[in-house]
Amino acid sequence: MQVGVEDDDGDRWIPFSERSEWSDVQPVPQDDGPYPVVSIAYTSQFRETMDYFRAVLARDERSDRSLELTEEAIHMNAGNYTVWHFRRLVLESLGKDLWKELYFIQDVAKSNHKNYQLWHHRRWVAEKLGVAVAPEELRFTELVLASDAKNYHAWSHRQWVLKALGGWEAELSFCSMLLQEDIYNNSAWNQRFFVIKNSPLLEGLDSMRESEVEYCINAIKLAPLNESSWTYLRGLFGNDTKSLGDSQSIGQVCFEELARDRCCIPALSFLLDLVCYGFQPTVDDCKILDSSIEILSSLQLALYLCERLEVVDAIRACYWAWRRSLLPAIIK
Amino acid sequence: MAASRSSSAGKLTTTQRHQMELERKVGDMLGTFVGLGRHQRSVLLELWREEHVEFLVQKGLRRLGASYSVLDSSRPWLCYWSLHSLALLGESFNLELGDDVIEFLERCQDSGGGYGGGPGQMPHLATTYAAVCALVTLGGAKALGSINREKMLQFLTRMKDSSGGFRLHEGGEMDVRGCYTAIAVAHILGILTPTITYKVNEFVVSCQTYEGGIGGEPGAEAHGGYTFCGLAALILTNQMEGLDLPSLLKWAAKRQGKVEGGFQGRTNKLVDGCYSFWQGGIFPLIQHVIPRLVSQLPVFRNHLLHPADENDVLHMCCKVKTCLESKKTGFVHDNSINSCISGEEDEGTSEPNIQITRTRIEGKESPPIMSAETLFPLKFHGSYQNITDAQQHSTDCFSKEDEQTKHGAAQGLSTFNQDSCFVRPFFNTQALQAYVLICCQVLEGGLIDKPGKPRDFYHTCYCLSGLSTAQHPTWLQAEACPSESDVLGPSCNLLEPTHPLCNVHFERYLEARSFFNDLSL
Ligand SMILES: [Zn+2]
Repeated sequence: MQVGVEDDDGDRWIPFSERSEWSDVQPVPQDDGPYPVVSIAYTSQFRETMDYFRAVLARDERSDRSLELTEEAIHMNAGNYTVWHFRRLVLESLGKDLWKELYFIQDVAKSNHKNYQLWHHRRWVAEKLGVAVAPEELRFTELVLASDAKNYHAWSHRQWVLKALGGWEAELSFCSMLLQEDIYNNSAWNQRFFVIKNSPLLEGLDSMRESEVEYCINAIKLAPLNESSWTYLRGLFGNDTKSLGDSQSIGQVCFEELARDRCCIPALSFLLDLVCYGFQPTVDDCKILDSSIEILSSLQLALYLCERLEVVDAIRACYWAWRRSLLPAIIK
Repeated sequence: MAASRSSSAGKLTTTQRHQMELERKVGDMLGTFVGLGRHQRSVLLELWREEHVEFLVQKGLRRLGASYSVLDSSRPWLCYWSLHSLALLGESFNLELGDDVIEFLERCQDSGGGYGGGPGQMPHLATTYAAVCALVTLGGAKALGSINREKMLQFLTRMKDSSGGFRLHEGGEMDVRGCYTAIAVAHILGILTPTITYKVNEFVVSCQTYEGGIGGEPGAEAHGGYTFCGLAALILTNQMEGLDLPSLLKWAAKRQGKVEGGFQGRTNKLVDGCYSFWQGGIFPLIQHVIPRLVSQLPVFRNHLLHPADENDVLHMCCKVKTCLESKKTGFVHDNSINSCISGEEDEGTSEPNIQITRTRIEGKESPPIMSAETLFPLKFHGSYQNITDAQQHSTDCFSKEDEQTKHGAAQGLSTFNQDSCFVRPFFNTQALQAYVLICCQVLEGGLIDKPGKPRDFYHTCYCLSGLSTAQHPTWLQAEACPSESDVLGPSCNLLEPTHPLCNVHFERYLEARSFFNDLSL
């Protein structure tokens, strides 16, 4: 049997069987049966750690040594939800200081940013610690987002922290900062929407709409092909499609972009939606799209836009053709 | 806004840089592909079956290296990924292997119901789904009979939350994955009780975002995996109310890459082979609920447009053409690539007529590169069904569907009727197949996320599942065989069809449904 493996820090790993404090425990091997499938060639360290874990789990031993054991097990496989679950039971039974648990999680997170168990555990700890931990949680997610600005788990955790524990004060400027770094960061746009909709410090989507539309239009002008900002603009209006269709200024944004670039797909697509919501540009506006043809009704315009999209957004030709085929049917 | 025009500063953002690098890489591969001789091109478009089977059987199902320790709590998944891939490849399983899988999964089954990630681990909804699907894929009374349905129902009930969602395990997280895996399992086993279906609609609908897709939990970003899971869960429970289908379809359609042909999981993220199924699999589901989608479209009011100068109005009105009937159009895929490979008709045109596109990354004059969009164009051909007829037909389909579900889950395909209301798929199935075949295959066997990534069983499974979905766009017509033009590359590329809601081999699914229907609870 392999004895002693150097771990990352250069310390020799001492097998549990050689640790005097574990001498009273009989390890429990994994029951894979005589003809196992998908069997993993575990290292002896992995196997032995799990054998001892199974032993304490079977005894439901909620002790300090169990806690240390789960730490070792999690470092080897952070995806083992049974180990995490048992760790929570032990932490609770022993009344451990959960602030210290945050360091452990941060340590595991260094190599496991995208792990459901870790983030769930973090949420459990933060919930127990309450509002006092909110700034620390925001800082922790910022740390993760600094290296992976679209980390799904980090964003979900951050949203949960804001909703459950608060800390909204700087959230809108945090979104703005990330968007300034990368205007294409759709996660940051999504977060912005979340803040506008839910922050108790702001007056909600409806009253923020005007200033957000302005912010968004600026973003569109900076990067007209960025789908994120166009979709955000649409999102600001929710079910209020009438206001959207009635807004001359938003319609003009589409025409402005199309005047600059006749193939601007998001602008063509957005304009199509606007027309479906009742937007009525002038005949002269439509000349911007194509000076050689005369578009005289909103149906003609919608048909034209679908046909353009079938060409310039050819990968989605099926989708656009389908949109076109529906138009005559939804006319009232 | 403070953001500086990133491009004018001459500096690309992280998103742009990554996207450009990938487009370059894929564009180069497609360019190389086009430049090859007919024979080599045909090899590149071939599904390397033997190699994949070898990878799955030798590497996947039996013995895995120590690096797989991080998947020690996902072993039923390892079974499912390999078995399902093999089933799609049309491989049959030898009895011995089947028995070993059954016996192993029995060791993962908890005495209180459900399956854990390995022997002795707590039951978990995701590994429960994987274990059940693996057993369905094996088929036969021994495999199916090994599942303890009564206990399973108890387990699912314990995981159910009052919000309508499901926890993934005792004390675990709650998200749309939980809903899908619980409901798919209950559907297959015929134990979809009111307790299980309670408020699933509310939970999933609360996760639909302003983008149109569905996130993992309320507020989270729209994501391909969760969108598939959420939509499938609502269709399986027949709880579609409140889900905005037009925006969901638009969001999903926009996830297909113009250059790559594959799908991205989220807006402005990179294309990844596994979304071939998670995103590509959304379209067959939507095709099934088109009548509801159409009913959600805004009423279109046709206005006369005015000239900027109001005095011209009267004059203009006289000019308006009254006939605005749309052209009747339909699509077929341009088969120039396929035909030049088979080379039977056009000996002369081994070079398809391909135009190079300029990709459009903001502020950067990118050199022209080859794109899936230009390589696999869709041509107008034939005709769409007359839209009024289609609508009429759709309404019929829909009421029939409701009627069917009233008769309950006893019908094999209760929630999925066999009539398709719209025949053509909503996405470019050829471009998707090209991404999987050209960019995701590893010569030694196995499939990947994107060029340069290492192979793994998860991506092998979902690349193949997506490929199968793209090859069977008309699967809804029960026994309809895919036409030759649906399959990209040699016709031997054709995979077995997968069930679009549960992602298990279609016939095995039917077998399992009838097996469990015959049992009482
Ligand atoms: Zn992937």
